Formats: sequence, structure tokens, C-alpha cells
Amino acid sequence: MASERELSLLADVRPVDFEVLEDGKNVFVSPVSTLESSPSSPEPASLPAEDLSTNSNGPKPAEVMPDDDREDLFAEATEEVSLDSPERDPVLPPESPPVITPVTPTTLVAPRMELRSVTAPVIFDRSREEIEEEANGHLLDVEINVSDPEKVGDGMNAYMAYRVTTKTSLSMFHKNEFSVKRRFSDFLGLHSKLATKYIHIGYIVPPAPEKSIVGMTKVKVGKEDSSSAEFVEKRRAALERYLQRTVKHPTLLQDPDLRQFLESSELPRAVNTQALSGAGILRMVNKAADAVNKMTIKMNESDAWFEEKQQQFENLDQQLRKLHASVETLVCHRKELSANTAAFAKSAAMLGNSEDHTALSRALSQLAEVEEKIDQLHQEQAFADFSVFSELLGDYIRLIAAVKGVFDHRMKCWQKWQDAQVILQKKREAEAKLQLANRPDKQQQAKDDIKEWETKVQQGEKDFEQVSKTIREEVQRFERERVKDFKTVIIKYLELLVQTQQQLIKHWEAFLPEAKSIA
Amino acid sequence: MMEGSDDGPDFLSEEDRGAAEALPVMTAGPSRCSHLKKPSRERSSRWDMLRAINVDLQTDAALQVDISDALSERDKVKFTVHTKSSLPNFKQNEFSVVRQHEEFIWLHDSFVENEDYAGYIIPPAPPRPDFDASREKLQKLGEGEGSMTKEEFTKMKQELEAEYLAIFKKTVAMHEVFLCRVAAHPILRKDLNFHVFLEYNQDLSVRGKNKKEKLEDFFKNMVKSADGVIVSGVKDVDDFFEHERTFLVEYHNRVKDASAKSDKMTRSHKNVADDYNRIGSSLYALGTQDSTDICKFFLKVSELFDKTRKIEARVSADEDLKLSDLLKYYLRESQAAKDLLYRRSRSLVDYENANKALDKARAKNKDVLQAETTQQICCQKFEKISESAKQELIDFKTRRVAAFRKNLVELAELELKHAKGNLQLLQSCLAVLNGDT
Repeated sequence: MASERELSLLADVRPVDFEVLEDGKNVFVSPVSTLESSPSSPEPASLPAEDLSTNSNGPKPAEVMPDDDREDLFAEATEEVSLDSPERDPVLPPESPPVITPVTPTTLVAPRMELRSVTAPVIFDRSREEIEEEANGHLLDVEINVSDPEKVGDGMNAYMAYRVTTKTSLSMFHKNEFSVKRRFSDFLGLHSKLATKYIHIGYIVPPAPEKSIVGMTKVKVGKEDSSSAEFVEKRRAALERYLQRTVKHPTLLQDPDLRQFLESSELPRAVNTQALSGAGILRMVNKAADAVNKMTIKMNESDAWFEEKQQQFENLDQQLRKLHASVETLVCHRKELSANTAAFAKSAAMLGNSEDHTALSRALSQLAEVEEKIDQLHQEQAFADFSVFSELLGDYIRLIAAVKGVFDHRMKCWQKWQDAQVILQKKREAEAKLQLANRPDKQQQAKDDIKEWETKVQQGEKDFEQVSKTIREEVQRFERERVKDFKTVIIKYLELLVQTQQQLIKHWEAFLPEAKSIA
Repeated sequence: MMEGSDDGPDFLSEEDRGAAEALPVMTAGPSRCSHLKKPSRERSSRWDMLRAINVDLQTDAALQVDISDALSERDKVKFTVHTKSSLPNFKQNEFSVVRQHEEFIWLHDSFVENEDYAGYIIPPAPPRPDFDASREKLQKLGEGEGSMTKEEFTKMKQELEAEYLAIFKKTVAMHEVFLCRVAAHPILRKDLNFHVFLEYNQDLSVRGKNKKEKLEDFFKNMVKSADGVIVSGVKDVDDFFEHERTFLVEYHNRVKDASAKSDKMTRSHKNVADDYNRIGSSLYALGTQDSTDICKFFLKVSELFDKTRKIEARVSADEDLKLSDLLKYYLRESQAAKDLLYRRSRSLVDYENANKALDKARAKNKDVLQAETTQQICCQKFEKISESAKQELIDFKTRRVAAFRKNLVELAELELKHAKGNLQLLQSCLAVLNGDT
């Protein structure tokens, strides 16, 4: 039973994996040149590969991989491929331990999971082919899974611990495969550390999943129903996507805090992430202050690119929100449809029972069965609607908020530079005045001041230029990622729709002869 | 629904040639289903499907009735009833009259009140045409015109118009089925009122029941159902009827439940289809505004959603037609069958009472002749009803089984057709998208 559960969990996780594997190649620029020289690597025609070779502003290479490591990587790659064994039973990675306390989410979600492990094979095939393609041409670096949500403690102090498993070939990590247990506040802590370090210099740091007091309280209280199971599953998937996005970012990947998060078994509790803590309140105050400042800063945009991009992101934000709302309505209605179909199935069964013509009675019972199966299909489809489509849109809405934040920081940077210039001007005026007043003692001070502020102005200008440059790169990277993400996810969603239709056909084809046989 | 949108241009062409945006239903001027005069293959097949509720129709040359045209005005619907007959009772061989819903009800009630027809299942009256919901929606759409894009507005308008048209067609079909059933019934087709209904080309001056009459009806129904309870307590000597009674009561309740649930299910389906519409529009907007190469992608997916939506809407409409309508119809028919059984039980009770009265009279030796005649009459009545009732109930079963069979088979076939269509759409879209990437 336990192995079944883990199996199905991995089935759920696998389809997402290959995205990471595919995208990993962004990280390595220099190896591309070595690859190009190697005779055995046909460059697959996939888009990102071309990007790497042509993109001059690509991320700084993480490590230059020596050639012998490349062998290891390929070995790793083939190992990866063999893990997805032909029997399509996902093999457990050696590190993942047996599940300790079976949490309700897995058992409750199991029916869906098992069904999805039926649906997963279609995606498996593709991922295996692509992995093979990848293995030939590119290097795999970091693969992250978040799994096994486990409730630790009880009462209001309880929390969910998630297992974060990393598989990597990068030498900056101590091992190739390792896993740790983390709780939600740890993730928030990681995000806040990365944010403080990187946002103000222009990097788009992926936002962490949102807190949910209601959801968590239900879980803490121990309410073992499907909605809390759903909540945990939703959160687990969101955390996984969050980490995957973060490690895809070449600069963030090198951050020691991230490494510590992924590797070290003990992590200092991030208390600053609590909403009601002192730090939390400080954050809220800062946010409010920022909002006010944003309104007062009037920036002379010398670069039309930025203005254009900001406008684009505004539009995109609006559109995504609208689409998100529509998809959420769809999820809701499909769930309704599923419930109504189930009710009808029962009713049809009753009708079949009371019908005294035997053949018709049998046909009606069959109809009831078909409708029941269709209800199952609807449920699965609703889940897919949600987890694949709706969540992606939600993620991107938050990501765009992060992008907007980065733009705002650039504005602040500009403001700082301008302020420095103003002060420099004042200092110069002061110095000129002193010269006229002929006060040599203060003049030296003034001259020093001027020097100081000149450097500050220069620094400010340099910072601003740097931020602008970084933002340009980041936005381009973001756009690339966005295009890829959307394409992959939408294709996956359509494939799931295809499967639903195929199942529908199967069910109705089974029913048709029954209906025809009514004498 | 597809047929609705196909008929869209026809629907609008009679009026509103000037006003482009005005919603046809709301403006002055009736909307006409004039295309009914020349049914296309698709539309006539729809009529056939509706007639499937009663399978044994209209191959009878002696009397053929149909509704050839219908006009929907603000608060009433005018049906053109067209008759073709070789019977001598009629002055001509082919003729048409215009009738309204109230006149159908009058005809139905005249059958019910006719003692001679007590032993037959009276075909259930068609439900009143009800466009209120649809009109409301169209009105709301008109009000909300400013808040959505032009494409969305046009799409939704088309949809609502299709819905209106579908409801319209359904009500026409229900009225037609009623007439056809009467025409097919060996006894009822000879009814004088029926002939008047078909032939008399003036207004029948049948007004709808006023409040007093409606109240009277209400009380009559209450008395009838109370009586029904009493009468049903009497155990029937005849096994056949006893069995039929138990069966019908249970069946009627379950059909009612199934019909309600089926309705909910089809409505949910329609909601999902509507959502696809909105998603398609959003994707379209995303596609047109995006600057990267994903815009083509979005546009293709938006197109897919639009097409899928049409299919989903058709699925919903077909389910509604094959399943919900079927169940609703048999709900009404089983009620009519129950009414027949009630009438028979009533006459049985009367007969038994007459017997008792006769015995009493004989014992007292008073009014014996009168009691005897009463008893004779009751006996005859009871036997007449029993005889025809048996045949009617057997026919009912045959009809029911045939109708269910036809509809279930067609339902399955249509579901398959739509699922396959959907599948093909999805697969071809995927092929294009994968090819691009």
C-alpha cells in the first residue's frame, strides 16, 4: 500500500520533472562550446539550444564543466532515463525514505493519483524521448521534487513538513542526490533572503506560494476531509514549482542560501516570515511606504524599451487575471457537472430497477454505469483544469507582480541617483559660496564633500545602468521562460483533454450495443 | 445548438434588416420560424428525433397532422396546424388553421372530461410555451453590452438566440406530438372536437381559464387526489391491473426524479460550454496583444476553444433532447396512465357500491328496478374501461420501450459522434502546436 502510494505520487511528479530537465540546459553556456566541438552531440533543434549559442547576455556560467565530468553527466542522464523504466513503473529514487505517517492527502487523493498514473504514461513517452535527446546534446543539472507531505506535531502548533529531494550533477553540491525536510515557513524564509539580496539589483526572484490561514488551520485542526487534502496537495505542487523556477535561474542557483536550503539537514527557523511577527509588520509598513513612493516618483524615462515593457506587463497582467478567473469558473462548473452526473446516474439506476421490461431495465442500469464513469472523468478533468491550467496562470500573475517589483526598484535606484546628483549640486554651490567668502578651512571640507558625492553620483549612475542592464536580461529570460512554460503547459492540458475524450468514446461505445439490444 | 446558430441568419432575416445590433426578440415585430415551411434535411431530422418520442406516427395516410409554421409574438405563440386527410368527415383533403396554446389545452381538457374516453390514456397536454428565462437573458445581455468586447457580445448574442430558437422548436414539437398522438389513436381521432380544432378556421374563442376557474381546477385536483388515495386502497381483483398500478406509481416517481436530475446535468454541461466561450475570448485577447511568438499559439488555442465550445454546446443540447425531454414526456404520459387507472378504480368502486345498493334494495324490496339499472350501467362502464385500459396499458409499454430504445441509441450515437469530433479537433490542434514548437 505504501509503495503504491509512493508510486502514484511519483507518477504525479514525473511529468513535471521533464520540464526541469529540459530547461536545465539554460544554465550552462560554456559547455555548449565544448559540446559543439564534441562529435557525438547532435544539437537538437529545440529552441533553447539555439538561444544558448546566440545569446550573448546569457547567464554567467555556473561552473565550467571539465570534459570528464561531462561523461558523468551523460552517465547521470542515462541513469535518469533508465529510472523511467519501460514498464512505466516509476522507480523510487534511492534516497526517498518510506512514508512515516501516512497523511490523509495521499490516501484521499489516491484515487485521482492512481488514475493520473494511468494518464501519465502518455507524457512519460514524450519525456523519455526528450530526455534521450537532451542526454545527447545537453547537460542535466538540478532536478527538484517536493513530496511526502507529513503532519508534524498537533494542535495549533502543528505544521506540514515536506520532503525536498534534489538530484544534481553540479559539483557545487556535496552530493549528487540528497533530500531534506522543510516546512512552509522555510520556503518563505528562503524567498525573503533571496529577495533582499537580488531584487534591488534587478533580478526577478520567483515569488513563493501564498500563505493561507484558513487552509492551514483546517489541516492543523486535523480536519480530515477532501478539501484539506486538496489544500495540501495544491501547496505541495506550488512549492515544487516555486523551487524549480528558482533553481532554473542561473544566478540564484549559485546563492549560498539556496544551497543551504537544499542541502543542510537543519535550517534555522525563519520566524520573520510569520505574518504577525515584528518583521511581518515591518514588511507591511515598508510595502505601504513603497506604494506611496511609487506614486510620487516621476521618472524621466530615457529608454523607451522600459516604458514599453512596463505597459506590456500591465496588459499581460490584466489579461491573465481575466483568463484565470474564467478558468476558475470552469473548474467550478465542471465540479458541478460531475456532481450532477453522479446524481443522475443514481436516479437512472433507480429507474432501471423499477422498469419492468427486462431489456430496457438492463439498458437503463448500463446507462447509469456509463454516467457514473463519465462522472469520474469529469472529476479528473476538473482536477486537471485546475492543477495544470489554473495554477500556471496563478503563478504567472504572481511572477508578473515580481517583475513589476523589479521595475519599481529600478525607479528607486534612479531616484537615488538623482538625489545624489541634487546633493552634489548643493555641495558644489556650498563650495562656491565658501570660495567667495574665502573660508579656506571649510573649503577643504567642502571639497572632500564634493569628492564624496561625486563618487556617490558615479556609483548611483553605475548602479542604475547595471540594474537596467540586468533587468533587460532578466526580462528577456523571463519572456523566454514564459513562452516555454505556457506552451508546455497548454499542450499538456490539451493532451489531458484528448484523453478524456478518448475515455468518453470508450464508454459510449460500450453502451451502444446494450442500447441497441433492447427488444 | 449548432442548428440554432445555423439558423441564425434565417431567424433574423424576417425582421431587423435595418437594426443591426437590436435584439430581434425584444424589438417590435414577431419573430417567425418561417424556415419551417421548407425544412432542410438537418431540421427535418430534428423533427424526426422529436417524433421519436412516439414511434408509431404518421405513416397513416387517413389522417396526417403536423405544425407547418409557428410565430412567436411577445406573449403568445401562434401555431399553424396543417392537416392532410382522406377521411370523408372533412370538407377538403388538405387545409390549415392557426391555433394558440390555450386551444390545445381546451382540446385536451375536452378529452379528459368526456366520459366515453375514460378507458383511454389521454395524450398529455403540451406544456405552456415559456420563453421568460430566455428573454430575461437576452435582456440582460442587451444591458451589459457596454461591459464586454464586440466579439464577446456577438458570440453571446448568437448563443442566446440559438437558445431561444431551441426552446421555440421544442415547444412546437411538443404541440405537434400531442396532435399526432390524437390523430394516431383509433378512437380519439374520430372525436368531433378534434375535427373542429383541425378544421374550423375561425378563432375557437377559447379563452384561458380565469382566476375562478383556475381555483375550481385546483380544488378539483385536490379532491381527485384525495379520492385517488381512497380508491387506490381498494385491492384489485385483476392481477394485471394490480401489477400495473404498483409499477406505474413507482415508475412515475422515479421518472420524475430522473427527469429533474437529467435537467440539472444538461444545464451544467451548458455552463461548461459557456465557460469555454469566455476562455476562448480571453485567449484571443492574449494572443492579439502578445508580442512574443506565443501569440500565434494563443490564437490557435483560442480557435480550438471556440470550436470545442460549439461541440460541447451540441452535446448539451442533444442530451437535453434525447434524455431530458424523453424523461419529461414519459413523466407526463405515466401520469396520464395513472389517471386512467384511477378512473378504472373509481368505476370499480362505483360498481361495487351499486352492487351493495342493489342487494340492499332487494332486501328491502324497494327501488329494485332503479338499483338494477344503476348496477347494470356501472357494470358496463367498468367492463368497458377495463377492456380498453388493458390494451392501452400494453400499448403504453410498447411505445415506451420503443421510444427509450430509439432515444438511448441515438443518444449514444450522438455522444460518440461529438466525442470523436472533439478528439479530432484536439488532436489536429495539438499536431499544429507541436509542429510549431
